[in-house]
Amino acid sequence: MLGTLSVNQRAAILSIVLLAVGLLVWEAAIPAQKAAEDLTEYERLTGGGAPKAGIPPPSDVIAKAWEQLSDPFYDAGPNDKGIGIQIGYSLFRVLSGYAAAALVAIPLGFLIGMSPVAYRALNPFIQVMRPISPLAWMPLALFVIQDSELSAIFVIFICSIWPMLLNTAFGVAGVRSDWVNVARTHELGHLKTAFTVILPAAAPTIVTGMRISIGIAWLVIVAAEMLVGGTGIGYYVWNEWNNLDLTSVIFSILVIGVVGMLLDAAFAALQRGVAYVE
Amino acid sequence: MSKHFLSIENLTQRFPDGQGGTLTVFENACFGVEKGEFVVILGHSGCGKSTIMNILAGLAEPTEGVVKMDGFEVSGPSLDRGVVFQNYSLLPWLSALSNVTFGVRARYRDWTKARVIEESKTYLSMVGLEGDVIHRKPSQLSGGMRQRVSIARAFANHPKLLLLDEPFGALDALTRGTIQDELLKIWGGTEQTVFMITHDIDEAILLADRILLMTNGPFARVAESVEITIPRPRTRTGIVDHPNYYAIRNHLVHFLGERSKALSGQKAEGPQRPETVRIDRTERAVDPDPAPADTPRLRAVNT
Ligand SMILES: Nc1ncnc2c1ncn2[C@@H]1O[C@H](COP(=O)(O)OP(=O)(O)OP(=O)(O)O)[C@@H](O)[C@H]1O
Ligand SMILES: [Mg+2]
Repeated sequence: MLGTLSVNQRAAILSIVLLAVGLLVWEAAIPAQKAAEDLTEYERLTGGGAPKAGIPPPSDVIAKAWEQLSDPFYDAGPNDKGIGIQIGYSLFRVLSGYAAAALVAIPLGFLIGMSPVAYRALNPFIQVMRPISPLAWMPLALFVIQDSELSAIFVIFICSIWPMLLNTAFGVAGVRSDWVNVARTHELGHLKTAFTVILPAAAPTIVTGMRISIGIAWLVIVAAEMLVGGTGIGYYVWNEWNNLDLTSVIFSILVIGVVGMLLDAAFAALQRGVAYVE
Repeated sequence: MSKHFLSIENLTQRFPDGQGGTLTVFENACFGVEKGEFVVILGHSGCGKSTIMNILAGLAEPTEGVVKMDGFEVSGPSLDRGVVFQNYSLLPWLSALSNVTFGVRARYRDWTKARVIEESKTYLSMVGLEGDVIHRKPSQLSGGMRQRVSIARAFANHPKLLLLDEPFGALDALTRGTIQDELLKIWGGTEQTVFMITHDIDEAILLADRILLMTNGPFARVAESVEITIPRPRTRTGIVDHPNYYAIRNHLVHFLGERSKALSGQKAEGPQRPETVRIDRTERAVDPDPAPADTPRLRAVNT
C-alpha cells in the first residue's frame, strides 16, 4: 500500500506519525511528575509541587494556543497583550532594521565587489566587526541612541548587514566578465549595466545572503527584546517565564519557530525566483 | 593604407609573462579589411587571434598601435562592432527572445516594446528559431540553438563590423554546417563586414573572401593574406569540385603545418604587412587533371 505513494506523501505520513508519537510520549510523561502525594516533605517545602512549576502537558499547550490564537490582538495593558500584537512588534523591528541593513549593504556590496581597492580597504573593518555578537552593541546603542526601541532596531541592523554585504560583494565580483563584455559591446552605461547585467547575475548570491541575514535577525530579536523589554515576542517569553507560566512559554517558543520558518520560506521563494542555470 | 574600411596599424600587444619579463604576442601588425568583406583569420592556438579580436572589439587596449574604422580610431566597445563570443555569452537568466531584445533595445533606444520584439523575432526566425523555443532559457537550448541566438543578437544590431570568435568551435559537424549556411545567407543579404576566427580550414574556405594566416607566437605575424578565388554562392559540396579548392586548401595546410612554425619567432623591424597570395587555376589554360598534391602556383602581390 505504502509503495504506491510518492516520496513526499510517505514523508508527510511519517512526519505526522512522529508528531503524534512525540506528543503522546510527552503527555504520558507529565502525570508522573504531577503526582503530589509522592513528593517528599523536602520537595513540598521547597515548592517542588507547586502546580505552575511543572512542565505542562501538550494538551495544555494546545488549549493555550487555541485561546491565544482565537483572539491574537487583544490589548489589556502593558503586560498583557495578544500574541499577534507581540509578534507584530517583533516583526516591525526585524523588518525595519533589516530593510535599513539591505539599503546599506547591497549598494556598498556592489561597490566593494566592483572595485578591488574598495574591497581591500574595507575588508579589515568587516573582518573585525563581523564576529562581534550583535547583543554586545546593545549597551553602546542604548547609550548613544538613548531609545530602547531604536536600539533594538539598530542591533537587528548590525547583525543582518554582514551576510548581505559579503554575499553581495562576492556575487558582484564573481559575475562572469563575458556578461559584462556583452553589456560593454552594447554600450550600456554603468547604471544600466549594474541593473540589467550585474544585478541579475549576482542575484542568487545576494538573495542567499539576504536569507541568512533574516534568519540571524529573527534569532537576535528574541534576545534583544528580552534585554530592552516592553513589547515583542522576546519580551513576552521573558514575561511569561517571570509569571512561571510555562504553557505560554512553550506556546511562544513554537510561535517563534513558525514565524522564523515563514520568513525563511519567503526568502526561499525569492531565491527560486532569481535562480538561473548557466 | 588608411583607405581601408577597417585598418589595423602597427598593432603591438605585450603581456607580463608571469616571471617578471614581457611576452610579445605580436608586434607592428598591419592589415586592412574592406567594406562588405568576409575575412577569416587562421592560426594555431595561442598565436593571438582572440587578442586581436578583443582589440578590434574595443574590449582590450593594445600596447601600441591603432585600429581605425571608417577613418575613426577605435576606443572602447561600440554598437558598431558586434561580437559573437566563442562561448555564446548569452545572459542565462533571460529567454532566447529576451537575449535578442536586450541587444535591439540597446541599439534602438526610442523603439516601442512591440517593435523591438517584432524585430527580434524576425532575426530569430532568420536563424531558424521560431515558436516556443524562443521563450526558453539558454540552459534549455542545445549548443547549436544557443549559437544561433547569439548570431541573431549580433545581426539584429546591424553592426558595421561583425566579429566572430570561433563561433562554431563547440558544435558538431552537422549543426556547424547548418549554421554556416544560415550565416552565409544572412551575410549575403546584408553585405556586412565580417571578421571571424576559426580553426577549421574547410569552414574558412567556405565562408571567406580572404584568409589571413598567422604564424605561431610569440612575435606572431599576420604573414599571408590568401584570396579565396572560388565564386559565390558557395555550398559545402560544390566548392570541393572547384579547381581552386584543393590548391588553396593545400596551401593553407602547408602553412599551418610547417611554415607557421618556420616563420615564427622572427623579431622583425618596421610594419609587418601580410603578403597577398592569389591562387587561381582557372586563369591558366584548362588543366585537365589538377592533382591535389601539386604545389600551388603562387603569385605574390605587394599591397
Ligand atoms: N590577459 C593576458 N595576460 C597575459 N597573457 C595573455 C593574456 N591574454 C592572452 N595572453 C597570451 O597571449 C597569447 C595569445 O592569446 P590568445 O587568446 O589571443 O590566443 P588565440 O590565438 O586566440 O588562441 P586560441 O586559438 O587557443 O583561442 C597567449 O600566449 C596567451 O597566453
Ligand atoms: Mg582564442
